[in-house]
Amino acid sequence: MALPKVKQTATEERLAAMSLPEAPGWTGPARDAAVARVGAMGLPGRRDEYWKFTRPDTLVQAEAPRAATFEGGDEAPTFDGIDRLKVVFVDGVFDEAASDDLALEGLKIERLAEAQKSDLHWARDVYGRLEERGQSPVDRPLAALNTAFATDGILIHVSGKVTKPVHFVYHHKSETSDAMLHHCVKLEEGAELTVLESGPAAARFNNVMEVEVADTARFAHIRTQGRDHERRAATHIFTRLGTESTFKSFTMTANGVMTRNECVIELTGDDAVAHVAGAALGDGDFHHDDTVFITHDAVNCESRQVFKKVLRNGATGVFQGKILVKAGAQKTDGYQISQSLLLDGDSQFLAKPELEIYADDVACSHGSTSGAIDETALFYLRSRGVPTQQATDLLTLAFLAEAVDEIDDEALREEIVDRLRGWLERRRG
Amino acid sequence: MTALDKSIEKTEVKEGVDQETVDAVAAVSTYKYGWETEVETEYAPMGLNEDIVRLISDKNEEPEWMTEWRLQAFERWLTKEEPDWAMVDYPKIDFQKQYYYARPKSMEVKPKSLDEVDPALLATYEKLGIPLKEQMILAGVEGAEDAAPAEGRTSDRKVAVDAVFDSVSVGTTFQKELKKAGVIFCSISEAIREHPELVKKYLGSVVPVNDNFYATLNSAVFSDGSFVYVPPGVRCPMELSTYFRINAENTGQFERTLIIADKGSYVSYLEGCTAPKRDTAQLHAAVVEIIVEEDAEVKYSTVQNWYPGDENGKGGIYNFVTKRADCRGDRAKVMWTQVETGSAVTWKYPSCILRGDDSQGEFYSIAIANNYQQADTGTKMIHLGKNTKSRIVSKGISAGHAQNTYRGLVSMHPKATHARNYTQCDSLLIGDKCGAHTVPYIEVKNNTARVEHEATTSKVDDDQLFYCRSRGMDEEEAVALVVNGFCKEVLQALPMEFAMEAQALVAISLEGSVG
Repeated sequence: MALPKVKQTATEERLAAMSLPEAPGWTGPARDAAVARVGAMGLPGRRDEYWKFTRPDTLVQAEAPRAATFEGGDEAPTFDGIDRLKVVFVDGVFDEAASDDLALEGLKIERLAEAQKSDLHWARDVYGRLEERGQSPVDRPLAALNTAFATDGILIHVSGKVTKPVHFVYHHKSETSDAMLHHCVKLEEGAELTVLESGPAAARFNNVMEVEVADTARFAHIRTQGRDHERRAATHIFTRLGTESTFKSFTMTANGVMTRNECVIELTGDDAVAHVAGAALGDGDFHHDDTVFITHDAVNCESRQVFKKVLRNGATGVFQGKILVKAGAQKTDGYQISQSLLLDGDSQFLAKPELEIYADDVACSHGSTSGAIDETALFYLRSRGVPTQQATDLLTLAFLAEAVDEIDDEALREEIVDRLRGWLERRRG
Repeated sequence: MTALDKSIEKTEVKEGVDQETVDAVAAVSTYKYGWETEVETEYAPMGLNEDIVRLISDKNEEPEWMTEWRLQAFERWLTKEEPDWAMVDYPKIDFQKQYYYARPKSMEVKPKSLDEVDPALLATYEKLGIPLKEQMILAGVEGAEDAAPAEGRTSDRKVAVDAVFDSVSVGTTFQKELKKAGVIFCSISEAIREHPELVKKYLGSVVPVNDNFYATLNSAVFSDGSFVYVPPGVRCPMELSTYFRINAENTGQFERTLIIADKGSYVSYLEGCTAPKRDTAQLHAAVVEIIVEEDAEVKYSTVQNWYPGDENGKGGIYNFVTKRADCRGDRAKVMWTQVETGSAVTWKYPSCILRGDDSQGEFYSIAIANNYQQADTGTKMIHLGKNTKSRIVSKGISAGHAQNTYRGLVSMHPKATHARNYTQCDSLLIGDKCGAHTVPYIEVKNNTARVEHEATTSKVDDDQLFYCRSRGMDEEEAVALVVNGFCKEVLQALPMEFAMEAQALVAISLEGSVG
């Protein structure tokens, strides 16, 4: 079907502004196919149902809107206290000096820009493959755009239980940077890995992570999206889970004028477990969109979505979550909760928690609530001598707790709680 | 045993779904109204164009302004595209291969009273359980004694009926008695002629001509329907009811209902519909507009039982309906109750615009889809005023190869301070070839507004659960008791006239249901 004119034009303009790498090596066919996909789908437009609550314009337009950088303040860099392997990108460009040696026991780690020079690579079976699978039944053109034009990224092949997390650090130093990174992670049977991501990355950031989780493997992902207020980001995670494998992802977002985090999960092996959670804190000109699509295509799998948003001063929070239970995916246990706490009258919460179920022996539930701070609870705390501001912070943290509790590692969880507390303290008064 | 029953019989029933429920779904899925009345029918030429619109207007002896209104709608319709977002799948409708007007020959000269109406038509309604003779009370309540009668209701009360057969209203009962109370209840074609000031003021004011593809089509070609006006302070002395019957083949039915409840008034309105069994699908695109002024209350109940098609999905009615109530005044209240058992494809979202402060909207729905039926239904609650409240309770049941979708919107506008919404939608699947889907949209733009959406059976009221458990029930029993009681509560919201249907549905339990 022909694309609407507006969409066609926008897509052509963007494609014209992009350039494919000169020597794409084994990524070549995947990139070409992705260019064709973008052309066929068209980039997101304002009238797309999947972009009903979020205006894609600034993520689509050829030039990234300018975004001021943020000087960090007095807060220690995220995950600084954690023993990890650091991989640093500045405005989407690999910073070798700031990064650790790309070597760790139990895994093989390389840069996409280097690895694609060869003709054969293990990542050929992952790169763009999971993204392509995730294009049905809903188009995700920004992810296809990334597969086509990503300039770099990290490829990790995990064969054992890795004890140290790998940490992608994204710095934002140029006001006009437009970064596009594409990561692939492949966990072999029984392998384990934690990936951390932090930082604003660029004025505009398009990030894709494809994660193939083999049988009994475990993957954990914890991300903070940085404090730069004007940055924009469209991120995608695509994952496919084998039998008895586990995938857990948590994202904390504080600030950013535009964030769209998509997570596409396919449970293809029996007894697999997938959890996605998010805590978003929005103040002022802030638009945050969590879009999750979980497909149950095996027996006895569990999925859990927990998203909490605290919004004030005109911030907007969006949640689009879907659980698709295919015919035959019996004994599915699907849970989905999206809640927002509106701290004042200007903020808004828009949600579309969806279920699509074709199997009859499943338990799927979803809940969504929105409201202000509970006056009774506030009154109780105040009657016990807690000042209003502190009581509000306490209740806000309690509200976010269900999402934060999705982080299994205690040290990482503490780190996130500290950052949430810091955000609340900075925004007092 | 019919083929329908067999198809359910074969289905392996999962633990937690009781046999009574399965049987009840099978029973309501056996279509009892599939016969056809043999009457001579005159049709407008097949297809749709300006001339057809004029012809319909002409047949209804409408004034010029109405014809113009229709023509404008038709012009708009030509520019509109058929919506494709609903989770329903059906072959493309050829709008030129339909008749847009069909009326029994005997209705050519409008009968002055029911005595002049063709006995074949009266017999049709009699057979459907709707005798139009005024001295008779509405049938269909036999056996109603077993169902707990609603408070203050006796079985000998009267119900005024407007009977619509294909494109025309056959007659309206108890008009005189209603007139005494000041209530106007007549066919919409009569209202256009007799009460143009009211029609002009309200028609299209809730569902604008341009609202959506089917509403626009309806605005152009609606042939008949019902009109109700309840003056200020009047409690309508009897239930009002419209019974829609499609009889002619290849004919679309486009009815239009307009209900106005003026300040402080009350009316309860019932709607029923059936059609003969046919191999080809038929189109039904209705518009219902309800205006609720200050302190007024309207109850609108539907048992939708259009022909659903056969067990292989052949034939059936495409039911594309736009229903909307506008609570214009403060403390206005509207309640939609629907039991959806028929139609091959349903596309229907009875909605409430809660404009007046403290106004309330309620939506209770049970949708049962079997064989190859597809239902995409739900509601919209638009909260504009302060302290507005809405409640949505939706139960969807799928069996066979059916697809059942709840689609709803709860929107809290910035000025809707202290507005409240509570939504609960549960679905039940019987068999592994059907689907149940939930697509709720939630938009909250006011922080004092509270929205709660839930879709689990375990989230029943904790106090009730606690009570049951303190009396020695285990958790499962307690949940079952509360949920079943709740389901009955929804059915009891239906007026007595639907007691028979309701009774069949009461057996349906929602144990083992999924969100």
